[in-house]
Amino acid sequence: MVNYILRRILYAVPILIGVNILTFALFFVVNTPEDMARAHLGVKRVTPEAILKWKQERGYDLPLFYNGGARGLEKITRTIFFQKSVKLFVFQFGQADDGRDISREIRTRMGPSLAIAVPVFLLGLFCYISLALILAFFRATYLDLWGVVVCVALMSISGLFYIIGGQYLLSKLWNLVPISGFASGPDGLRFLILPVLVGVVGGLGAGTRWYRTIFLEEMDKEYVRTARAKGLTEGRILFRHILKNAMIPILTGAVVVIPSLFLGSLITESFFGIPGLGSYTIDAIQSQDFAIVRAMVFLGSVLYIIGLILTDLSYTLVDPRIRLE
Amino acid sequence: MDIQPVILWTDALLALLVSAASAYAWRVGRKEHLKAPWKKVIRSRRGMVSMVILAVFVTIGLLDSLHYRPVLKQVGGPGRVYSVEVLSLLDRLLSPLRLHVEKTYSAPLAAHLFAKETVETPEGRQIRIFPRLVWGGAHLHQPETEKTKDILGRIGIGLVAALLIWGAVGGIFLRVVSWKRREPFLVSAKTLFSGKGEIPWQAAFWTFLALLLVGIPIGVLSQKYHVFGTDKVGQDVLYLALKSIRTGLVIGTLTTLVMLPLAVILGIMAGYYRGWVDDLIQYLYTTLNSIPAVLLIAAAVLLTQVQMEARPEWFDTVTSRADFRLLFLCLILGMTSWTGLCRLLRGETLKLREMEYIQAALSLGVPDRRIIFRHILPNVMHIILIAVVMDFSGLVLAEAVLSYVGVGVDPSMISFGTMINAARLEMAREPMVWWSLASAFGFMFLLVLSANIFSDAVRDAFDPRLKTRSFYILRKKKRPQPAGEGETP
Repeated sequence: MVNYILRRILYAVPILIGVNILTFALFFVVNTPEDMARAHLGVKRVTPEAILKWKQERGYDLPLFYNGGARGLEKITRTIFFQKSVKLFVFQFGQADDGRDISREIRTRMGPSLAIAVPVFLLGLFCYISLALILAFFRATYLDLWGVVVCVALMSISGLFYIIGGQYLLSKLWNLVPISGFASGPDGLRFLILPVLVGVVGGLGAGTRWYRTIFLEEMDKEYVRTARAKGLTEGRILFRHILKNAMIPILTGAVVVIPSLFLGSLITESFFGIPGLGSYTIDAIQSQDFAIVRAMVFLGSVLYIIGLILTDLSYTLVDPRIRLE
Repeated sequence: MDIQPVILWTDALLALLVSAASAYAWRVGRKEHLKAPWKKVIRSRRGMVSMVILAVFVTIGLLDSLHYRPVLKQVGGPGRVYSVEVLSLLDRLLSPLRLHVEKTYSAPLAAHLFAKETVETPEGRQIRIFPRLVWGGAHLHQPETEKTKDILGRIGIGLVAALLIWGAVGGIFLRVVSWKRREPFLVSAKTLFSGKGEIPWQAAFWTFLALLLVGIPIGVLSQKYHVFGTDKVGQDVLYLALKSIRTGLVIGTLTTLVMLPLAVILGIMAGYYRGWVDDLIQYLYTTLNSIPAVLLIAAAVLLTQVQMEARPEWFDTVTSRADFRLLFLCLILGMTSWTGLCRLLRGETLKLREMEYIQAALSLGVPDRRIIFRHILPNVMHIILIAVVMDFSGLVLAEAVLSYVGVGVDPSMISFGTMINAARLEMAREPMVWWSLASAFGFMFLLVLSANIFSDAVRDAFDPRLKTRSFYILRKKKRPQPAGEGETP
């Protein structure tokens, strides 16, 4: 087990190196710091001195890979590649364009992101699975048929519509919850209701349908027929046998996203004005702050890989036949 | 010639796509075993209904893909001067809609502007009123009293016209059918509308009628009114919504065109050659997969933006610039989305490779390339097709979100995303400006819903057992079509 985890972590290293090289290529080779400076300072009226100053302030004035002018080990370390890319591996994200420390920002913004993402995830999982169980229980009836129709219709609605519609209905028309904002502590609860609700409803169609197919798939297996032949009630079969056996496909989809919950949701956070990592990223994209985008890309892939490892580990919990060797 | 044809990048690629689709259709038509699943799609009612609706969208999108630059009024002197404005055939057809520009917001079917303005009366006094629109309801003398009657009258004319068109088209169709089947006209009509025929033509007919009943009255009304109102700069929202269709279609289809070669070649190679090739390709897609898609797209789009701003000389018109960005967006979306299909194909190829007929081919010494093209590719074709159809609706929805983030299409390009983005800022207005949001969401919903229903029909027809995740394919299992789902209308 420990062996397996260690090996998986070792496997992750080349992937992270790949991500790193890819982002490095995108941000520094395809697009030189020169271009970046120009984009920031505006195309017109830009002097070479201003560009140089901009680059110096952010440490982009170094050579890309090899610094011939430096001494000893600094030949390697005093380069953009080392300063900006290699340091990501030890989670040193450096400074954003406005001079703030990115690592600190990430730590403070993680809380609000989790405050939205975790309830959405848990509540969503619970709602989708319950609804899917109901549909599977009433399969091949009108309830099931119309359930699927509603699911497809819900899937076809843009996610933006749920947010805008929710804000309009609950906040503007009925005045139930504030339209946007965030506060920490129990006082902040009223701010969370709407984003969480929108998040859950937004995934309702796709989620329910996805789990319904998983349950139906399980229902055609022989052990279900055996259970029926033994005279078990349909409800007992559904909860005691099918739900348990459907755990593997459920886990495949669910566990992998758990670590990524830290990153929050880009759209929801920015619409509801929540100071989480999602809105941080979106602000960075809109103000073209490449340092933050780079940090988030790296963080995102680390979390994704952790999610993959967690998924494999969770299999052993629900299925004793699977052993990690 | 007083026009100069303009072929934008996306136009050319769309043309390529259409010809590829026609070639595929022609091939399918000649092979019975390829035709069978398509027949199943046509025979399902939901397949038929969604196909009719999608056909309308595709027609609008293709009309909007034939671009030209009109000639400017001769200023004297030799040579022609072409306008910098690139128009499409659809613009030409909708020129009343396109040119009827008001000053700013106006509600659907309104005769007055949405905002009050200070107007000077003939006596020299200044009053604040809602001024009349330049185009919308301009033919009315007393909008307050005449408008409802006028609108109802026009709707009536539209409905009658719709029924007539429907009758005429249906009549011609039935006439051809009865002539082909050598049976009396009434007999064909009866079999068709009873729904007892093999192909649910009646479903297509009713859908067609519904589309006409909605579309023709709107068309009639739009000559004199702004049916869905106008936006901030006074453009007709109906026009914007119709123009958005092409952007959605381009993103939904060209992206898959970009990703297909990558996914197919790499997926089959990984599954077929195994060993280090497989390791390398798996490494490649795990790496790409591990980067959050939105961030990768955002990064790539930002970089293109910087590049494009640095090189304005590449583009001669605003449209070609916007078009280039759209193409690039498709490329980027394709680069980030090929991994899913690649993984599916790898799994399927791994499985196929162990089949007896491929083992036989191998032992007979058939070269690899031939095995891949003759034996493996045709057998994974259904997976590719299903993936293409299933991806479409997700991509249309993604466009709106990306445009909101600011990494979508060019702001000058009309799309659902830019429409929503512009309208969103007006949410706080009192009373609310709801019509552009509503029409953008409405049109997008219709497009995505029909695409979703169509892709369901295609998936069920091509492989009722196939699931969208490799997990299920690898676990080979037989599953009859889920009950209930087969009857989704």
